[in-house]
This record gives sequence, C-alpha cells and structure tokens, in this order.
Amino acid sequence: VTVENFLRVLTGRIPPSTPRSKRLLSDDRSNILIYMTGHGGNGFLKFQDSEEITNVELADAFEQMWQKRRYNELLFIIDTCQGASMYERFYSPNIMALASSQVGEDSLSHQPDLGIGVHLMDRYTFYVLEFLEEIHPASQTNMNDLFQVCPKSLCVSTPGHRTDLFQRDPQNVLITDFFGSVRKVEITTETVSLDSDLAGFESKLPKDELATEPLKYAEQLPVAQIIHQKPKQKDWHPPGGFILGLWALIIMVFFKTYGIKHMKHIF
Amino acid sequence: AASAQLQLAVPVAVVFAPGSVPGDLPRPLPFRDVQEMEISVNLRTSITSRYETVYRSTTAQEEAALNVATAQEADAALCPLQDASLGSLTVYVVPETSSVLPQGVSVYVGKHRSALVRAGGNLATLRTRLRQLTQVMSFAASSIATALSDRVPDSQLGPDARRHLKSSLGYEITFSLLNPDPKSHDVDWDIEDAVNRYVQPVLDKLSLVANFSVDSQILYYAVLGVTPRFDKETSSFILSAHSLPHVINPVEARLGSSAASLYPVLNFLLYVPERSHSPLYIQDKDGAPVSTNAFHSPRWGGIMVYNVEAPGSPQASLPLHVDVDMVRVMEVFLAQLRLLFGLSREELPPDFLLESPGNEGLADWELDRLLWAHTVENIATVSTTLTSLAQLLDKIGNIVIKDDVASEVYQAVASAQSAMAELATGHLHSAFQASKEAVTSSERAFFDPSLLHLLYFPDDQKFAIYIPLFLPMAVPILLSLAKIVREARQRKKEPTKMD
Repeated sequence: VTVENFLRVLTGRIPPSTPRSKRLLSDDRSNILIYMTGHGGNGFLKFQDSEEITNVELADAFEQMWQKRRYNELLFIIDTCQGASMYERFYSPNIMALASSQVGEDSLSHQPDLGIGVHLMDRYTFYVLEFLEEIHPASQTNMNDLFQVCPKSLCVSTPGHRTDLFQRDPQNVLITDFFGSVRKVEITTETVSLDSDLAGFESKLPKDELATEPLKYAEQLPVAQIIHQKPKQKDWHPPGGFILGLWALIIMVFFKTYGIKHMKHIF
Repeated sequence: AASAQLQLAVPVAVVFAPGSVPGDLPRPLPFRDVQEMEISVNLRTSITSRYETVYRSTTAQEEAALNVATAQEADAALCPLQDASLGSLTVYVVPETSSVLPQGVSVYVGKHRSALVRAGGNLATLRTRLRQLTQVMSFAASSIATALSDRVPDSQLGPDARRHLKSSLGYEITFSLLNPDPKSHDVDWDIEDAVNRYVQPVLDKLSLVANFSVDSQILYYAVLGVTPRFDKETSSFILSAHSLPHVINPVEARLGSSAASLYPVLNFLLYVPERSHSPLYIQDKDGAPVSTNAFHSPRWGGIMVYNVEAPGSPQASLPLHVDVDMVRVMEVFLAQLRLLFGLSREELPPDFLLESPGNEGLADWELDRLLWAHTVENIATVSTTLTSLAQLLDKIGNIVIKDDVASEVYQAVASAQSAMAELATGHLHSAFQASKEAVTSSERAFFDPSLLHLLYFPDDQKFAIYIPLFLPMAVPILLSLAKIVREARQRKKEPTKMD
C-alpha cells in the first residue's frame, strides 16, 4: 500500500490492466467509508514508515471523486496523533469526518500485551469497535451517538468530528447507512407477458468454424522495456544546450589563456 | 458545473383520418408547426424541446389500414407505412366515435412508434392529448431531470430519481440459481434455452443502447441472510418488506463477477427455499402477499423466490427433482430488467392504453425514451468531465498532459458538438452514437493514469528543503559580489585621486 496506489484507487486513475477486484467501482449512489490509522502528525499520515500523505492531497483526491460523482456520502474516520488536522482541509460536499484527537494531542493505545510486548489496539478504535458491535442491521442508531464514543475520560485525547460539509443533519443519518450494507429494495409488481409458442427461435446451429488466428496472451510484462536488450538506434543530433555551453566555455578560456595568435603554433 | 444548452428536436407527424379533423384548425391541411418548450434544470443548464410537427391527412393506404376492427391490427398494418427512424413519432387521429379504439380509451400507444388518438371534439382537447402523448413516448421534464440528476439540486429531485441504471457502454447480466438445500431439492433449470428464447430477443432490441453479456451459475448452500417468520394462518413462511433490505449483502459476496469486464453487473437470483422453510412468500409493506414473489434493488438486480410443491407423500424419496418453469421466471426477470432501466408503465393518464410489446420486451418508443435519456446524460457527463479536467489543470500548474490525452480531449469535444448538432436536427440515432464516442473519449482522458498529481509542495516545505541547500552556497557568492562592487567603486574614485 503506497500513497500513490491509495490515491489511484480513490480517483480511479488506474492502468487499464487492473482487475475488477482492485478497483473502486462506486457511483453517485455509493456511500463510502474510509478508515485510516497509524502514525501521523499535523497534516500528514505515515504510510509504511517511508511515505506520507498530506491533508491537502487527501482533500484534492476527495474533490476529484466528487467531480466524477464517485460517492454519494463519505464517512472518514481517522485514528492517529493529531488526527483532526487531516480533515481540516476537506472542501467537497457530503463528507463527514471523525478523528481520535485534536491538533496538538496524541492518540494513545489501549492495552499492551505483555507476552508479545506490543500494544494491541488504539483507544479510539477499541471504543468505536465496542460501539459498533452493538449495532445490528435494523438498528436506528444515528451519527450523533457515534460522535459521543470515547469521551476524554476514556480516550485521554479529545475526539473531534466535522459535519459542516454534510448536507443531512447527523441526527438523521443512520449508522447503518455506512456500516450495515442495507440496500434499497422495491417490490416487483409488474411482469412481462411472454408467449412461449412465439419464442420458437431458430436453434443456433454451430456456425461454420471460421479460420481464426490461434489466440495468444497479451503482453503481460513489457519485458523488452525492463531488460534493455538492444540499445535503440538514435539518430545523430548536433549537441545542444549544456554540452554546447560547456565546450564554448572551455574554448573561450583556452583562447584567453594562450591568445589567438598562438594558434598557428599549435596546429 | 458546466453550463449546457441542449436542443432536442422531435419529428412528429399528426395524420388525420377522414372525419376526424377538428373544426377549429388554424390552417388548412397540410401544414407544419414548431412548438418549443424550455425545461430548465438549473441556473446553467436548460433543455429546449422542439416538436417539429407536420399535420396532414391520411393517404389511401393509411385509411385502409385504419379501417380494421381493433387497434392492434391497425397498429400492425400502419407500421410499414410510417417513418421508422429513431426518435420520430406518428400520431393517427381517428374520429371521436370511432370503434377502432375500445370504449373509454382515448389514446392507444402501439408497440412501434405510432399511436391512435381520438379527435376529442375540439382542437384544445386534441392538443392536450398530443402533449401528454409526446411526454409518454419521447421524454418529459421528469425524465430529463433524472438523466441530469448530477446537476439538479437534491431538493428538487424526487426521492427515487437516482434509481435507474446510469448510461454505460455495456452491461453484464448474471442469472444465478440459489439452492440452499440440495439434499431435498435437485433443481434443474434450462437457463441456456430460456436465455436464447426469451432474454436474447430483448437484448437484441437493446443492443443499440449498449453491449450485453450474459452468464449464469448455480450456487449451492447459499442461504438468505434473513430468517423468515412462520405465519400460522397460511402455514407458510413470510419475508416481510422491512427484512428485504438485509437479504442482498450476505449473498452478494458469493456471486462473483467477471474479472475482466468493467461494465456494471445486473444480478438476477432465483432462490429455491429449503424444505424446512417452504413455502416462502414475500409480503409488501401492507402485509399483502406479492404476486410475483420477487423484489429488486435499483442498480443491482432482482431476486425471485420459487416455491416447490411439498412432496405428495412423506415417504417420497429425497431429493425431489424440480424442473423450473422458466417462462414464469423470465416473465419476472425481464420485468425487473425493464424496471432497472427505468421503463415503467405505471404513471399514465387513465384513458391511455398501451400495447404490450410481447416477446420483444420493449416497444420501439420505449427504446427511443431510453436513447433520449442516455444521450442527454452522456452529453452532460462529457461537459462536466471536461470542465472538471480543465479546472484540475488550472489548479495544479505542473501536470504534464500527454499527446494522447490531448487528442482524446479534442475528440470528446468534437463528438459532443456533433451529438448536440444531431439532437437539434432530430437525428436521435447518430446523436446517440456521437454521444457514446464523446463519453468514451472524455472518460479515457480524465482517468488517464498519468494525471495523478503527487506534486503537492506546500510553501513551507519548499523553504525547508531549499534554504539549507542554497544558503551556504550563496554566502561566498554574495560576499564576492559585494567585494567586486566595492572595488569597482574604488577604481572610479582612483583617477580623481591620482590627478
């Protein structure tokens, strides 16, 4: 998981060979939940200890998603130190954000396992999970209850949330809108009347086997580009730019030092 | 959002049978008339509909065709005599007392592109009927608003305005048979035959709209995620309307779809309940049983419950062999397919009678309706996509646009302009093809992988990186420059000093 891949999945700018299971096939009726956790700071989140994603990049990615209507509503939950800084820069509509701590605060972890020697879970995540385990698909609990999860007494940091970009009132937003996968259904009341006698189709006779080319796999790996087998024959171009300038400088210094009239002694 | 002004031209022919010409016609037949009406979607988007109507009397052949007993026969006889191009309408006006239309019916819509209308006594009634008819057979403000749902503020849209399938180049249809109890039921469905007989004609008719691919599968031990309730009165099991929304997700994980295609998938599931939960009926909100025993989910597909008769004697050997009645099943699935595309026949004025399209699944004018909606939607999508791409380029100054992205953009613009021109002249077919090309090009340009901008450098990061690098280098350069300036000044002063 790299920042680039994450942004590519969100914005949909992926190479055409990417399989269906690796794409975000969302449309304007999809509600999306994004949950991010790890180490972070004021305005960034660390990926794999080698990269960072900034709050501006994330906000721009969400805006690109909104432009193509790749979401209906988006719930963004972040559990890192100074998590609230990550949602400060959002500017696209229909985004609701929750964070485990405000700017300047650290998010703490919940309990250590003395046998392994590491901490198992973050506090905010632990209490959110505890809250969500009580929710069943027919539940009517709304977002305001989610905002109350993990007060300062339990979490030590102050969880924050942002709802100004969201068009509906959080009171009316059910938790199951994002978590339960409750679908909109309609009862089918119409039928098409089919006449089985009329549907006597000409049985599909096997078509004459057309001589087709034997099929082969498309190039999966551009091997020739990876292993440079043959240097490409480049057409000769006169040297330009830097090389020309460098040589001009050398020649100028040479003549300045030795003088033009000495040229005939050299050649 | 981008602004768009679209003109939709519909060629209409109003043909008067003898005895049906209203007395207060403004001009003698034949004459032409153009009616324009503006459908304003939002501040920057408006659609103008242009009905270019030709009023004339019947030819001898049309007269003979109308002189039959029933409207169906008239429709069949008139079909070869009319303009069959996509998007056009022909309306035959018959005398108010004519018997070709059944009693109580003022408008009969055939399954091609024509309709029979009673004259209605005066011009005003006829005009009202004609207006209602064109709204049913081509497009109405509501169908345009639905097609442009991206641009319409949420408050103005009806609650169900976004449930129809979005315009796409292709769709994948998957038929799945779910058998949770193979020990009791050995279910056999001849799906290949059913698809060839009943589904393929419908898809062939829809092939103008998109490419369709069909596959099927049988899943064993796949249960619905909801436990049905036992109802003592009817001694059957009930799935109530409020438990239906939870049925789809648990089963969806097992459905699978083709890994190679990116088209939206429509799933049609046939569920044969377990012996212990048979018979299983679906109830609607009011507690009444649903005659089709099926429900559908917008943009996803449909599920039908197929009950198997209990074995005659308790000693009957299990598993019972079940041959699924594919006609009954396909009648429901094809109806669901129509509803998913938005072809509903429910909201109509009471004196309208629509001819059933039979095995073709949809009438020609319903196909036209889809094409109008999809063309408008495609053009609006192209406009929004390209505007958004332009805004992105303004915002991120250092994105590199490759040549092929640029050529896709030019092609999208050209195709969109061609589509708009064709729409304004009433050529629906070529407008739709042009709009499809425009959408393909604009999507390719917008979603090109090279446009990902990871080049965000906030100003304070720029300072933090470059200052420690260049400041130490700059110090001796600046000092030497200062020295040169001082020396130059001194030399200027020198000559005056020496003299």
